[in-house]
Amino acid sequence: MFIDSPHWITAIILIPILGAVASFLWRQHSVKLALIAATGTTTSVGILSWQVINSGVQRYELGAWNAPLGIELYVDGLSLSMLLVTAIVGFAISIYASAYFRDDKTNFFWPLWLFLWSALNALFVSSDIFNLFVTLEIIGLSAVALVALSGGVDAITAAMRYLLVSLLGSMLYLMGVALLYHSYGTVDMALLSLRTEMIPSMWLIMGLMTAGLLLKTALFPLHFWLPSAHSSAPAPVSALLSALVVKASFYILWRLWIVVFPLNEYARADLGVIFGILGALAVVWGGVKALQQTRLKLLIAYSTVMQIGYLFLAFPLASVMGWKATLYFIMTHAVAKTAMFMVAGNILIHKGHDRIADLYSTVQNLPLTIVAFSLSGISLMGLPPSGGFVAKWLLLEAAVVSGQWWWGIVLLVGGLLTGAYVFKVLGYAFIQEDSNNAPRPIGISKRMEWMALCMALFAIVLGFIAPFILGIIDIGSPFTKGVL
Amino acid sequence: MTPVFLYALVGIVLFSIGLYGLILYKHLLRKILAINIMGSGVFLVMVALAARTEEGVPDAVPHAMVITGIVVAVSATALALALMLRVNEKTGQAVLPEDRET
Repeated sequence: MFIDSPHWITAIILIPILGAVASFLWRQHSVKLALIAATGTTTSVGILSWQVINSGVQRYELGAWNAPLGIELYVDGLSLSMLLVTAIVGFAISIYASAYFRDDKTNFFWPLWLFLWSALNALFVSSDIFNLFVTLEIIGLSAVALVALSGGVDAITAAMRYLLVSLLGSMLYLMGVALLYHSYGTVDMALLSLRTEMIPSMWLIMGLMTAGLLLKTALFPLHFWLPSAHSSAPAPVSALLSALVVKASFYILWRLWIVVFPLNEYARADLGVIFGILGALAVVWGGVKALQQTRLKLLIAYSTVMQIGYLFLAFPLASVMGWKATLYFIMTHAVAKTAMFMVAGNILIHKGHDRIADLYSTVQNLPLTIVAFSLSGISLMGLPPSGGFVAKWLLLEAAVVSGQWWWGIVLLVGGLLTGAYVFKVLGYAFIQEDSNNAPRPIGISKRMEWMALCMALFAIVLGFIAPFILGIIDIGSPFTKGVL
Repeated sequence: MTPVFLYALVGIVLFSIGLYGLILYKHLLRKILAINIMGSGVFLVMVALAARTEEGVPDAVPHAMVITGIVVAVSATALALALMLRVNEKTGQAVLPEDRET
């Protein structure tokens, strides 16, 4: 049957690539072509998830070449969750961007974004560490070009810095791949997980790959490039970068850590403490810096630095429940942060600036946008019944079960800091306008307001559909070594 | 010391020189060149380590990886050079703001 065809897994990579090429070649129809490709990609991801939910893990050998030589695609619960969140966020951003970009220059957004989408999908279904390098590079190059899109001085220099950092990260990772291949004669993760053992060069390999990927993920103190890159890009691009791109390198690190690196349970938890401490520092530092910002987009970018910290808190716990919490953090943050950057984009177009102190009367002019900001703020704070609450609850439970309750303090401090900066923005947005000689605000498309609201609502809904999502995550038990 | 080991060692040295240059030099062109030197180092390691088979026939997989890697490196360098020209055009200097001499 058509819907049971095993080829859908390639469709999620091919459709966006074809869409990218088409929207690059026929520039005047780029929006239409890109929206068709976005719909096609989202549908294929939907069909793929139907297959995975009904018949379990999916494997596909590209060109019918099997694993040691060919490239194998592999979808389990973890990959599927990442694909789904990419599809939902990606589709929403596509619709938002079709209203956001009005001039011709920004037509380049569409091919770049579709290439990025294709690379993200390819990354999440690859189980081959060299193929992961290639997809990571495509993501890096298209993300850098997207940052540079607006063409201002800030954007260009931020893009340049981002590119250098991204290439350095890739080189470190690639060196690790070369050494791993030399020692074990394969780049397939499943085979590596059977073969790797604690030889002296393993420490070098782990160090190189981890350092490279942490740099790309922007874990404190390697986050220095993130705020400028994420805040100087156009709003839809900022949303993509914060929601999806930093998660891609995190995903690779995560898979390597669980499956490939030959660590026993205790070593994994002990080494994980380093990640946990860096994560905790990221939460505090990112929160404090966010609170100090005077520009809305920079505030949201520092909030991303903070949220990345949460992803690393599960490493010292090294338990399945902890990993599920991490995945829930990824999903909720992706959706809520997309909503927040959409809000920032709406305010930026409406007011012509994003100075937090001058946000007065935004609530009268853009009520839906402010509702969206509040709802996504609630989810980032982790208040019930939002998705962020489920993530924090799972993490807290995992911490208590493994006897490391003190990681809960980080969650508490993080929640308070998030609350502080969300209310700081809301406080200014609710001030009534006192003079009429302020510059006339520009009206914005209803579509942009509604997309922001939809994403913010979805971040809350993620809290209600937790059992369903946790069921999906479990398919193929991705967090147990030796099953890939 | 076998020739293979020597090649791999040279690769590692190139990688380290590139890393050193990337961190220390301020001019963007030097940084971009440094990244390319790092890349050559990795490729040399890969080519050298392809001699891992015992019959003396080189392993084709690392060679395929090097070719893919070169393609990626060329595109990345092109993008980096284009951005560098833009930085130079906008600010009058081909350095990042934090490295600018006042």
